[in-house]
Formats: sequence, C-alpha cells, structure tokens
Amino acid sequence: MENIIEVKNLVKDFKDVRAVDNVTFNVRQGEIFAFLGPNGAGKTTTIKMLTTLLRPTSGEIKVNGFNPVTEQDDTRHSFGIVFQDPSLDEDLTAKENMEIHGVMYGVPNKLLNERTRQLLELVELWEKRNTQVKDFSGGMKRRLEIARGLLHHPKIIFLDEPTLGLDPQTRNHIWNYIHDLNEKEGITVFFSTHYMEEAERVADEVAIIDHGKIIIQGTAKELEEKTKTNSLEDAFLALTGKAIREEGKEGWAAKFRGRN
Amino acid sequence: MKTIYILWLRQVKKYFRSPSRIIGSLGQPLLFMLALGYGFGSVFQQAGQGNYLEFLVPGIVAMSILFTALFSGIEIIWDRQFGFLKETLVAPVSRFEIMIGRSLGGATVAVLQGAIVLLISLFFGFTIHNYSLLLLSLVFMFMVALLFTALGTAIASLLEDMQGFQLIMNFLVMPIFFLSGALFPLQGLPKAIDVITRINPLTYGVDGLRGTLAGLAQISLTTDFIVLAVIIVVLNALGAYLFSKIQI
Ligand SMILES: Nc1ncnc2c1ncn2[C@@H]1O[C@H](COP(=O)(O)OP(=O)(O)O)[C@@H](O)[C@H]1O
Ligand SMILES: [Mg+2]
Repeated sequence: MENIIEVKNLVKDFKDVRAVDNVTFNVRQGEIFAFLGPNGAGKTTTIKMLTTLLRPTSGEIKVNGFNPVTEQDDTRHSFGIVFQDPSLDEDLTAKENMEIHGVMYGVPNKLLNERTRQLLELVELWEKRNTQVKDFSGGMKRRLEIARGLLHHPKIIFLDEPTLGLDPQTRNHIWNYIHDLNEKEGITVFFSTHYMEEAERVADEVAIIDHGKIIIQGTAKELEEKTKTNSLEDAFLALTGKAIREEGKEGWAAKFRGRN
Repeated sequence: MKTIYILWLRQVKKYFRSPSRIIGSLGQPLLFMLALGYGFGSVFQQAGQGNYLEFLVPGIVAMSILFTALFSGIEIIWDRQFGFLKETLVAPVSRFEIMIGRSLGGATVAVLQGAIVLLISLFFGFTIHNYSLLLLSLVFMFMVALLFTALGTAIASLLEDMQGFQLIMNFLVMPIFFLSGALFPLQGLPKAIDVITRINPLTYGVDGLRGTLAGLAQISLTTDFIVLAVIIVVLNALGAYLFSKIQI
C-alpha cells in the first residue's frame, strides 16, 4: 500500500527542550495508526507539525504528497483534526460551531445539516444543539469537538487524544463510528493516545514514542512478539521501563510528593 | 466568500450576545460627552470657537469606533487562548479570507457601536448639520473601523498573550485618541503636537466625521478620504502578512 504520511528525521526544538528527536515513520493509506506514548512524549508537537501549525526545526514531512511547510493550503485540504486542547467558540451554540466548520471545509448545505444531526445524535448533544458551548460540561465540549472533527470527510483525520476523559460507553460509540468511516470511505486515521487498550483494540499499526523518540513500530501483535510480552501494556513496560503515566494521576502524585 | 460571510456573522452574533459589553463600552464616550461637552462648552464659546458639543461629538464617535475596532482585532489573542484560532487556522481556506472575514465583522461591530453613540448624542443636544451627508459619514465611520481593526490584527498577531496589552493601551491607543484633534481644534498647536496630529490616521477620520456630521471639517473631506484609504490598504497588508505567519 501507498504511504499517505511520510516523516523523515523530524526534529522540533523549543527553547530548552528537544520535543521531537529525529523521528522517522510512515503511515499507509487507509490504515488506522496509533501514536502511543506518555505525557510529554512529543505526540502533540508531531501532530502540529504534520498539520501546518508548527514549523519543524529540521527533517522532512509529506502529508498526502504535500509539504506542510511550503504547501500549506494543499496540505490543509487533505486532513481534518480533533485537537487535544479546546478549540470551540464558547459564545456560539453547538450547532453554530458545526456550521462554521462545515462552511470552512466546503461541506454542501444539505449534507452539512444531515451530518450535523447524525453526529450530534451520536455524541448525544442533539437536544443541546442550541445551547451556548460555555454552558457545556468538559465532557460535552469534548464530544462536540469530536463531532465537529468528523463533519467533513477528508483523506486523513488526526485525532489527538480524542477520548481523553470520556466515559467508556461514549468512547465505544465514537470508535465504532470512526472505524466505520475508515472501512467505508477509506479515510486514514492517525490518532495519539496514552490508553494502551485503545491502541491495541483499534489500531492497525502502533508506534511507541517516548522522550521525543520512536522506540518501536509495528502491529500490536508484532510489538508483543518482539518484546516477548503478552500485551501492549507489558510491551510498553519492557521498552520504556515504566508504566504509562495517566493524565491527572501524575499531577496528583507530584503534588503529593511536593508536600513531603 | 462563504467563509468570509460566516466569520463576519460570527463577530456580529457575538456582539449582540453580550449586551453587557455593549453597554459597558458606552460608559466612556458618554462620560466624555457629558464632562467635556458641558464642562468646556462655555470656555470654547468664549474663545469664539462656536458650540463645543457640535465640535466634540464626531470626535467621541470616532473614539468609540477606535476602541471597539482595535479590540475586535486584538480579540485574536482571546481566540488563541481559548483555542478557536487553531480551528480556523488549519481549515482549508486561505488565511487572507479568514482575516478579511474577521476584519469586516470587527469593523461592522465598531460602526454599530459608533452609531449608537451618535444616536445618544442627539439626546444630549447634538444636531446633525446636513442629513444628506449622513451616508458619507457612515463611510468615514467604516473606514476608521477598518483601519483600526487591521491595526489590532497586526498587533495581536505579534503577541502571544495579554501581557503586552496594558502597554498598547497606554502607549498607543490613548495617544492616538488624545492627539487626533478629537477634543481640540488643529489650529495654533505647538509644533511637536502639530506634527503628531498630522501623522495620526485618526485625525483624518475625526475630520471626515466632523465635516460630514457637523460641517466643521478643518482639513478637507477629499484629503481625509485619500489618507484613510491609503493607510487602510497598508495596515491590512501588514495585518494579513503577520496573521499569515502565526504559529500555534
Ligand atoms: N510551545 C512550547 N514551548 C515549549 N515547550 C513545549 C511547547 N510545546 C510542547 N513543549 C514541550 O515539548 C514536549 C512534548 O510535548 P507534547 O508534544 O505536548 O507531548 P504529548 O502530546 O506527547 O503529551 C514536552 O516536554 C513539552 O513540555
Ligand atoms: Mg499531547
């Protein structure tokens, strides 16, 4: 199969940290690719460079055949994205947020209305479509964010820790929907996560990243075989020598340590 | 085109959804009208300059447009902090379209705000000198609005957060307002102040408004129009350039 994303020797330096350290990987067209790693591994920074939001310090990127640095417009026509951080307009309603997105991505009116309804029902926000987003809970905002990201059907969809903080049932709904999109429309899915079981269950291909470096890449099965372990969780432990840090827990632990 | 429209609509909707902001930003112009208009009225008259309120109101209208427009431009910083900016910046539309949509929206809101101030001034005793020029004064209002939205956009594209904001207020916005001839006649000023007012774009906006609303232009409407148009083009080009360079 053809590669739809090609990354070679990618580096990103911030003032005093090397967030992404000489990363090389390919994503094949039509696959579901998981970027698995703990907080601060460099997942978001990589996604930002792939999606034209950040310029790499060095290295080469091709997204759908385009260079995100020099061919920004063509690159942007190729993908959709659900960000890790909030990106909604809180003064607007759920429906208005969907509408702006649909217009910017050129979704025809009729299709826009159909999909808005379908997706808001999927994430159980249809009843709340005319409520301003600032009155939503954190989980509702997250769900809206995902619904909006799925509104247009691009060649590649980037999902940066999409299901963080959602209950298992909603996560299940959303993954089923994304799986469908992938199968029926052949959309390539690139997602980052620090949930092991998510990567194991959903992804065709997994790359494990830590401290800005890709440690290993392959199917979940291959990784388990290579590390002679029985689960991706154990494989990760074997490779990095530590358990994946859960968001929140670490903050809690750090606070606790600080007190002593 | 549709992108420009939807982003324009967004700004206008947000404006009407925050009545507290509309009312809040009327406070300052009203205070100026009351305190200065009535306070200095007699001094102005005795100096043989005519009715101060007639002179002042176009300046106050320009002021409220200046403030609202600049804030609309600077709102990019809020959108950056709340994350909505990312959503627009990765969309497959040109950043130029995004900026134009935002600027037209911001300018529309600023003109609305100016129009409200103008309407209120009628109750304070301001009389519109020639109603057939009202359309032309709307044009000048829109030009002032476009100019300062673009300036706000340019500034906001350079700032990462709100920290530099106070600096901009004190060293840019306030001087632009006070040294524009909004409050005093342009004749007989000390050399330094004279030069500053002449290079201050708001001076030409104030003059255009004063000419069309009160019949008291001190420069000439044609000069005002040309100067504003040129600066609008320059600032929008600068704003568009800086906006296109934003990284998240
Ligand atoms: N804008 C930035 N300025 C400085 N450092 C940053 C910035 N963004 C990310 N980093 C740092 O880069 C590293 C990788 O961050 P990130 O890509 O967000 O990790 P992840 O998404 O895997 O949790 C972290 O050490 C983070 O602190
Ligand atoms: Mg991240």
